[in-house]
Amino acid sequence: MINKILNLAGYCGDICIFIKDIFFWIFTKKRNFKLLIYEFITIGIDNLPLVTLISFFVGIIIAFQTAYQLKQFSSEIYIASLTALSLVRELGPVLGSLIVAARSGASITAGIGSMKISEQVDALEAFSVNPIDYLVVSKFIVLFISMPILSIYADLFGIFGGYLIGSFKFAIPFKLYFRLTFEALKFKDLIAGTIKSVFFGSIIAVVSCYEGFRPFSSNEVSYAVTRSVVKSFIFIIICDSILTALFYFILI
Amino acid sequence: MIHIENLYKSFNGKKVLNGINLTINKSETFLIIGRSGAGKTVLLKSILGLLKPDSGKIFIDNVDITLLNNKELEKVRLQFGLVFQSSALFDFLTIEENVGFYFYQHTNLKRSEIREKVKETLKLVGLEGIEDMYPYQLSGGMKKRVSIARAIIYNPKIIIYDEPTTGIDPISIDKIVSLINDLHNRFLITSLIVTHDLEVGLKLADRLAFLFGGRIIFEGTKEDLKNTQDQRVIQFIQGSSRGPITEMQV
Repeated sequence: MINKILNLAGYCGDICIFIKDIFFWIFTKKRNFKLLIYEFITIGIDNLPLVTLISFFVGIIIAFQTAYQLKQFSSEIYIASLTALSLVRELGPVLGSLIVAARSGASITAGIGSMKISEQVDALEAFSVNPIDYLVVSKFIVLFISMPILSIYADLFGIFGGYLIGSFKFAIPFKLYFRLTFEALKFKDLIAGTIKSVFFGSIIAVVSCYEGFRPFSSNEVSYAVTRSVVKSFIFIIICDSILTALFYFILI
Repeated sequence: MIHIENLYKSFNGKKVLNGINLTINKSETFLIIGRSGAGKTVLLKSILGLLKPDSGKIFIDNVDITLLNNKELEKVRLQFGLVFQSSALFDFLTIEENVGFYFYQHTNLKRSEIREKVKETLKLVGLEGIEDMYPYQLSGGMKKRVSIARAIIYNPKIIIYDEPTTGIDPISIDKIVSLINDLHNRFLITSLIVTHDLEVGLKLADRLAFLFGGRIIFEGTKEDLKNTQDQRVIQFIQGSSRGPITEMQV
C-alpha cells in the first residue's frame, strides 16, 4: 500500500517536472510553423470524421432520452434547449476529448515510444536537440488550441443530430428549434465548455507524450499506449468533475 | 583527445561500469569490444554526456565533461558524430532533412545550401538521388550509410560508431567497413567503434580495448591482442561457449 502511494506520488512529481519542461520550452524557443501545421492536420483535422459521427449520434441519443422524460409533461419541445445545454457544457468537450485521447493520444504515445526504442530520441539528444522541445511542445500547443475548436464542432453536430429528432419525430420547425437552442445557451455555457476542453487537450498532450518516453523495449510500447489512453480517460473525468463543480459555484 | 579516469556507473545497485580507465588519441580508430550487456553503450552515452557517471572523470580535449552543465554539454556533444546501432534515422523526415538535421537545427543556412551539402555528403557515402526518399524506403545497409552521412556532414572532431554492422548483410558489411576506412584515411577523424563483431572491428581499428564486467581487461594494438595470455580475451576471440567468461557468469 505504502509502495503504491509512493509510486503515485513519484508519478505525479514526474508529471509536474514534465509540465514545467514543456512550459520552459514553449517560452524559450520560436516554433517551427510548418511542424505546427503538420501536427494540427494530424491531431485536429484527422479527428473530424470520427468526432462528426459520434457527436451526431450522441445528439440523437440525448434528444430521445430527454424527450422520454419530457413526454410526461408534454414538453417535448424543450429537447432543443436540453440537448444543446448537455452538449455544450458537458458532452461536447468530454466526448471530443475522449475521442482524441483514444485516437491521437494513443498514436502520439506509440510514435514517441517507437522513436525511443529505435534510438531516435537518443539521436535528438546527440544532436543537442531537446526531445521535449522537438517532440512534445508542438503537440501540446496544437492540442491546447484545437481541442476547444473540436469541442465546438462536436457541439454543432450533436445539436444537428438533436434537430433531426426534433424535426422528424416531434415536428418542431427549424426556426423554432434553433431559437429555443440559442435562447437556452448562454455565453457562460460556451466559456465553461471551452475551458474544459482546453484542460482536457492539455491532459491528453501531457499524458500521451509522457507515457511515450517510458518504454525501454518494443513490447513495452503497447503497454504504454494502453496506459496512456486509460490514464487520459481517468484524468479527463476527474478534471471534468472538479471543473463542473467549480463552474457550478462560480458561473452558476 | 578522450581520456577516462576511474569511471563508475550503476543502475539500481548493479555496477555497469566498474572503474574504467581509457585513453583514445587524436586521429586514431579505437575499438571497444565486449559481449552484449558488457556496458559498451553505457560507456558511449557517458562519453557523450547523455548519462551522468556516479564517479570518475571524462576528459574531451582536456575538458572534464562530468563537471559541465547541460548547456555546456550540448556544445561538447556537437563535437561528436554518432552512428547508431539501429541507424536511428528520423522516420518522419526525408533523407535530405535527416542528413542535414544538424544544419536545420543549429545554423541559419538556406534550404538550398543545406541540400547541396547533403548531396555532396551522400555522394561521399555512395548514395545519390535519394534526398527526397524516406528512411522506410531504404535497405538496412543504405540506412547505415545515410546515418554515417548524417554523422560526418558537419565535420565533427570525433565519430562514434555503435555496432555499425549489426543487422545488415555481408556485402553491405564490407561496404560499410570500406567506407569507414576510407573516411578515416581521407579526413583523419578520431573514430571510436563499439562492436561485438571482432572480425569487423579488427579490419577497422588501430588499437582496441576489451570491456568485461564493467572493466577494461585488455587494451592494446592488434598485435598485442594476438599475444595476450588473458583467457577471457582468448575465449572471446575464439568465440567459445566454454571458458572463464561463461563460467563466471553461470
